[in-house]
Amino acid sequence: MDIKEIEKELKKYPFPESVRRDIREELAKLDLNKKSLKKIIDRCYEEYLSNLMEPGEAAGIIAAQSIGEPGTQMTMRTFHYAGVAEINVTLGLPRLIEIMDVRKTPSTPIMTIRLQDDYSNDRKLAREVANRIEATYITDLADISVDITGMKIILFLDEKVMERKQVDKDELVKKLSKSLKVDVEEKDGKLYLSPKEPSYRKLLQTVEKMKDIVIKGIKEIRRVIIRKEEGEYVLYTEGSNLKKVMRVKGVDYRRTTTNNILEIAEVLGIEAARNAIIKEALDTLEEQGLNVDVRHIMLVADMMTNDGEVKQVGRHGVAGEKVSVLSRAAFEVTVNHLLEAAIRGDTDNLSGVTENVIVGQAIKLGTGDVELISKLGGRSK
Amino acid sequence: MAPKRIRSIKFELLSPREIRKMSVAKIITPDTYDDDGYPIDMGLMDQRLGVIDPGLRCKTCGGKIGECPGHFGHVELVAPVIHVGYAKLIGKLLNATCRNCGRILLPDKKRDEIVEEIERRRETGGDIEDLVKEVFAISSKTKECPHCGEQRVDIKFEKPTFYYENEHRLTPIDIRERLEKIPDEDLKAFGMDPASARPEWMVLTVLPVPPVNTRPSITLESGQRSEDDLTHKLVDIIRINQRFQENKEAGAPQLIIEDLWELLQYHVTTYLDNEVSGVPPARHRSGRPLKTLSQRLKGKEGRFRGSLSGKRVNFSARTVISPDPNLSIGEVGVPKAIAEELTVPMYVSRYNLEEARKFILRTEHPKANYVIRPDGRRVKVTENNAEEVTEKLEPGWVVERQLMDGDVVLFNRQPSLHRMSIMAHEVRVLPYKTFRLNPAVCPPYNADFDGDEMNLHVPQSLEAQAEAKILMSVQEHILSPRFGGPIIGGIHDHISGLYLLTKGDNRFTKEEVMEIIKPLDVKKLPKPAYEIDGVKYWTGKQIFSLILPEGLNMTFKAEICRNCDVCKETECDIDAYVVIKNGVLEHGTVDEKAIGAFKGLVIDQIVRQYGTAAAKEFLDNTTRLAIRAIMHMGFSFGIDDEDIPPEAVRQIDEVMEEAKNEVANLVMAFKKGELDPLPGRTIEETLELRIMQSLGRARDRAGKIAGNYLGLNNSAVIMAISGARGSMLNLTQMAGCVGQQSVRGERIKRGYSGRSLTHFKRGELGAEARGFVRSSYKKGLNPLEFFFHAVGGREGLVDTAVRTSQSGYLQRRLINALQDLKIEYDGTVRDTKGAVVQFRYGDDGVDPSKSYRGKAIDVKRIVEEVLSGG
Repeated sequence: MDIKEIEKELKKYPFPESVRRDIREELAKLDLNKKSLKKIIDRCYEEYLSNLMEPGEAAGIIAAQSIGEPGTQMTMRTFHYAGVAEINVTLGLPRLIEIMDVRKTPSTPIMTIRLQDDYSNDRKLAREVANRIEATYITDLADISVDITGMKIILFLDEKVMERKQVDKDELVKKLSKSLKVDVEEKDGKLYLSPKEPSYRKLLQTVEKMKDIVIKGIKEIRRVIIRKEEGEYVLYTEGSNLKKVMRVKGVDYRRTTTNNILEIAEVLGIEAARNAIIKEALDTLEEQGLNVDVRHIMLVADMMTNDGEVKQVGRHGVAGEKVSVLSRAAFEVTVNHLLEAAIRGDTDNLSGVTENVIVGQAIKLGTGDVELISKLGGRSK
Repeated sequence: MAPKRIRSIKFELLSPREIRKMSVAKIITPDTYDDDGYPIDMGLMDQRLGVIDPGLRCKTCGGKIGECPGHFGHVELVAPVIHVGYAKLIGKLLNATCRNCGRILLPDKKRDEIVEEIERRRETGGDIEDLVKEVFAISSKTKECPHCGEQRVDIKFEKPTFYYENEHRLTPIDIRERLEKIPDEDLKAFGMDPASARPEWMVLTVLPVPPVNTRPSITLESGQRSEDDLTHKLVDIIRINQRFQENKEAGAPQLIIEDLWELLQYHVTTYLDNEVSGVPPARHRSGRPLKTLSQRLKGKEGRFRGSLSGKRVNFSARTVISPDPNLSIGEVGVPKAIAEELTVPMYVSRYNLEEARKFILRTEHPKANYVIRPDGRRVKVTENNAEEVTEKLEPGWVVERQLMDGDVVLFNRQPSLHRMSIMAHEVRVLPYKTFRLNPAVCPPYNADFDGDEMNLHVPQSLEAQAEAKILMSVQEHILSPRFGGPIIGGIHDHISGLYLLTKGDNRFTKEEVMEIIKPLDVKKLPKPAYEIDGVKYWTGKQIFSLILPEGLNMTFKAEICRNCDVCKETECDIDAYVVIKNGVLEHGTVDEKAIGAFKGLVIDQIVRQYGTAAAKEFLDNTTRLAIRAIMHMGFSFGIDDEDIPPEAVRQIDEVMEEAKNEVANLVMAFKKGELDPLPGRTIEETLELRIMQSLGRARDRAGKIAGNYLGLNNSAVIMAISGARGSMLNLTQMAGCVGQQSVRGERIKRGYSGRSLTHFKRGELGAEARGFVRSSYKKGLNPLEFFFHAVGGREGLVDTAVRTSQSGYLQRRLINALQDLKIEYDGTVRDTKGAVVQFRYGDDGVDPSKSYRGKAIDVKRIVEEVLSGG
C-alpha cells in the first residue's frame, strides 16, 4: 500500500515514533482500501491507549524487580567472545553488576571498531589500521640483552615482526633515543643503546623504562583482532581508548564503540552514555537467554544519567543522593546519615516509600496515591 | 475520616538545655535496684523513666505498660566529652575557624556568597556537599584570620577523640569554648543550620538517659535480673562520673583527673558507638562486645532495616506446600488446622447481624473465634458464652470468624524477587497439613515440592481484601511485566500430557473420550472425526479443542519444530506446524511453545483476546485435561529407558576411540612444537582449546547416536523435545557419555604439581588425566571419573552460593535506587523531588505487561481482526 497514504492517516493520531514505524511497516505489505486503513489505524490507536501505563504505577519497582529477578538465574563465569576463542569478556552477573556500579574501567574493556568504506573491505588496509591502534612494545619487536662490560643494551631486531607491525627502523631509533635519552647505534640488524652517563643503575633502569615505551599504537589497546563480519572487516580490541581510536586514520568513528560506559560519557556525552548502558545491559541479559523488556532497562539508565553525569546504582550514586534522610539511613551507612542530617537540620518530607513504611503510613504509590472524596448524605431529593 | 498523616520529620542536635528540659529525672547513682529488688530513686531504673514490669504504673504519666511511652532522664557530666560521631567534624571546624575570634577564615564577602549559594541549592534540592568541602579546604589553608589578624595554628585531629595544637593537647573544655565562639552566620557556610545544631552541642556536657523501655531488663529463671547492654554502659558512665566528681572535689592531682577524664570519654564513646576504630570495644563479662546505640541502628537486623522497614505480622501462617492439579490456579488449599486459627473480621452492621450471630453460635469449623466490642475489648467466644454474646451483638461490633472457602488471602514464597512472589488466592479449606496449589503457579513463585514452605497472610480490612482481589489475584499476573509474556503456564506433565494427546492422529472411542474429559465442563462433543464400522472415533486434537475458547485463531511453529530449511507448514512430517482456527486445533502438536510457562503462545493470546478470567479457566482446564490424558495414555520413565543396543554401544566406543586418538595426536604435535597457534593465543591455550573442541564433539556424537537408538517414543526423548523437562544434553549424559568436566571453563588441572591426581604422570595431557568422563551415567563412572565429576560439581555449588548473595545485593540496590519513581497523570516518570526522569515512560508510555512481547501493539492481529470483519 502507498506509504504516503498511510502516513497521512497516521498523522492524525499522536502515536510515538516507534509505534508509528511498526504500523507503517506492517501496513505497507498489505493492499488495503481507504476505509479499512482508517479502521485499522483507529483500532491501533484504541489498543495503544489501552496498553498505556496507568498513572500512579510504581514503574521503578517493576523495573528493578524485572532486572534483579533474572540476576539469580545468571552464571558467574566469563566466557569467550561470540564463540570465537579470541578475546575473553566478562559476561553474566559480574558484568551486570559492573554496569550498575559504573566502574572506572570494566574488568575486560573491549572496543568494536568499524572502518571507513575503503578500508573495511581490504584485509591489508584493515591490518594497517590495526597496527596503528595496537600498542607495540620493544619486547614485541626485539630480544633485549644487556652488555654490562660495554655498558650497552643490545636489541636484536626481529625484521619479520617489524614488517608485519609496520614499524620503521629509523623511526624506532628516533623514538628510543628521544624518550630514553640514549645514544642509539645501528649495526647489522642490531641496535646498540648506550646511556649518556655510564652507571650500572642507570643502565638497568633504562632497560626497564624501555620496556614500558609504546613504540607504536595506543597505550591502552593491548591487542587487536580482525574479523570479517557481514561482509566487512571489523576490529575488536582488548583494552579501550575511545578518544584516541576515533581519531585514527581509517576508523569510522561513527560506528566505533567501547564497552566502557564512563569513557562514552566523557567523549560522546550523557545521552550516548545512556544508550550505552541500555545496550550493554540488554546484551548481557540477552546473552544469558533472559528476556527483559527494554523499558525497564531504559528507566534504570535514565535514572543513572538523569542529572548529566553517570551515577552508580547504590550508595555512592542514585541511592546516596536521595533527599530523604530516613530512606538513606535504611539503605546503608545508617548512623552517618543520621548524624549528618542533624548537623544540617534536614527535614524529611516523607514523600518516598521507605520513609512512609517506617512511620507506618500508606505509601504514595499505586492505590495509596489516589484520594477520593465522597459527599455524605445520600441522594438529594 | 481520612487518617492523619505525618507531614515531615526534622532532624536536629539536642542542646544541653533541651536535654535537661525533656528529662524527668536526674540520675546520680549507678545502682539499679536495692536489696529488696526495688528500683532506686535517681538510679538508672528510676520509676519516673517509665515502666517495664506489668501491673505497675509510671510515676511520670501514670500509664501502664504499653500506655506509657517512657521518659528520658539525664546525667550531668562533670567534665565535657567529645561526641565520637562528630569528632572529625569538630576537627575540621577548629581548623577552618580562627583560634582567637572564632570567625570563619574567609572574608565576609566570600562567606556571604557561599551562604547564598548554599541556600539557593537547598531550595532547588541540589547537593551542597562539594561546596562545603571546598569551604573547609580553602579556609583551612588561610594563614591569617581576615577578621582579627591572628595567625592560624594547625590543629591535628587524632582518632578517635584527640586534638593537638602544636603538640599541646586540647581538652574538651578548650574545644567547647572555641566552638562557642563561632557565630551563627559563619556556621551556615559550613552547611550547618545553627538553629538545629550549634557546634558546641557536639561536645557533651549533659547525657540523656533513655527511658527504661528502650533497655528492658529480663528476669532469668533463677530470679536473677539481667540488665540490657545499654544499662550496663550507663552504669559505667555514671560510676566514672561520680568518681571523677569526688576526685575533683578532693583536689586530686592533675594526672589522676586526666586519667579519669579520659576514662569518662572512653565510656561515653563506647556508649554511643562500640565499633569505633582505635577504641577497644567495651565487653560484657562473658567477653561478648556490648551492643550499644550505633549497633542497635545499624545493619540488617538493626532498627532501621530490621524493625522499621520490615515488620512482623499477625494473621499469617506457614507450612510445607504440595501440588493439587484439581485446584484452580487461583485457589490455595489451606489445612483445616490453620483455617481454624486464622480469622477474618466481620464488621457487624444491620445487614449482616444475623449472619454474624450464626457464626458465633456454631461449634465447628467456620465459627467465630473472638468478638471485639466497640470499646476495643476482645472477648473469646466459647460454648459457654456464645448465647450471651449473640444477644449482646449489635452493629459496631466486630466478629472474628474463622477462615473459610472463598476468602481472599495473600500467598507468598521467599525470596520475594518480583511482584508475582506474592499473589492473592481464594481459600479452599482442605484436610491434612500442607498448603496445596496448582502446579501451574509454581513458575512465578519459583516453587517446587521438595520441602518448600510458603507463607499465607489474611488481609483484615475490606479495602485490603478488595485490593488484593482486584490487583493481586493470580489471574491478573499471568502475563509478566518483565517481558510481556505468560509466566504462569503448564509445566512437566501438563506439557507431556497434551503432547501425547495431540501429537499425530490419536483416535479415541466415546468411552475413552468421556474418561479423559471427565473433569471438564463440556456439554457437547463435536462431530467425530472418524467412523469406522459404526464405531465413532474422536482425535486427540478434537479433545484439546474442547478447552479452547471459540473464535481463537492462531498459527505458529511448535517447540518440537526442527527449523527445516523449507517449512512444509501443514504438511509437516513431525506435526510441528500448529494451526488453530475458530477455536479448533486443526494441525500441529500442543507442547511448551503453546501452553508452557514463559513461552505459551496460546495462553498469551487468550489473555489478550478473552481476558484474564478466560485465561484462568483455560489454564485450569489445561492442567486437568493434561493430567487425565497422561494417565490414560500411560507415561513412565525407568532406568531401562536409557538402555541402548550393543550396536550403539559399539558405535559410541568407536567415536570415543577416535577422539582419544585425536587428542593424542594433538598432544604429540604440541610436544613436537608443530602445533599452529590460533591467532592471539599461546600454543598451550591453543592445545587446550583444540582438545576441548574434539572431546566436546565426541560427546555430541555419542549423544546423537544414543538419541537415534532411543527413538522418538522414548519417554525421556518426549520430555526433552516437547520441552516438558530435561534436555537432549541430559539424555546424552545418561545414555551416551558424560563428557569433559571443567573448572572455570578449563579442563581440570589443579591438584598435585603438574598433574590432577597421582594416578597420572606429571605433565600428562591426555583426556582421562584432565577430567574427561567417558562413561555414561547409566554405565556408571569409574573412581577417577567419579572424582573429576565431583570436582566439576563442586564448582557449580560454589557458583550458586556466591551468585545468590551477589544478585540479592544487586536487587536491593536497584530497588532502593528506583523505588520512589511513579508515573504521573501527565505520563512522565518522576522521583519524589518531582524531577522528571522520563518524559514518557519507556519512550512510548506502554506497559510492558500489556505490550505484545515488547511491542506496543500487535498490528498483525488488529489487521487480521479488521479484515475478517471485526
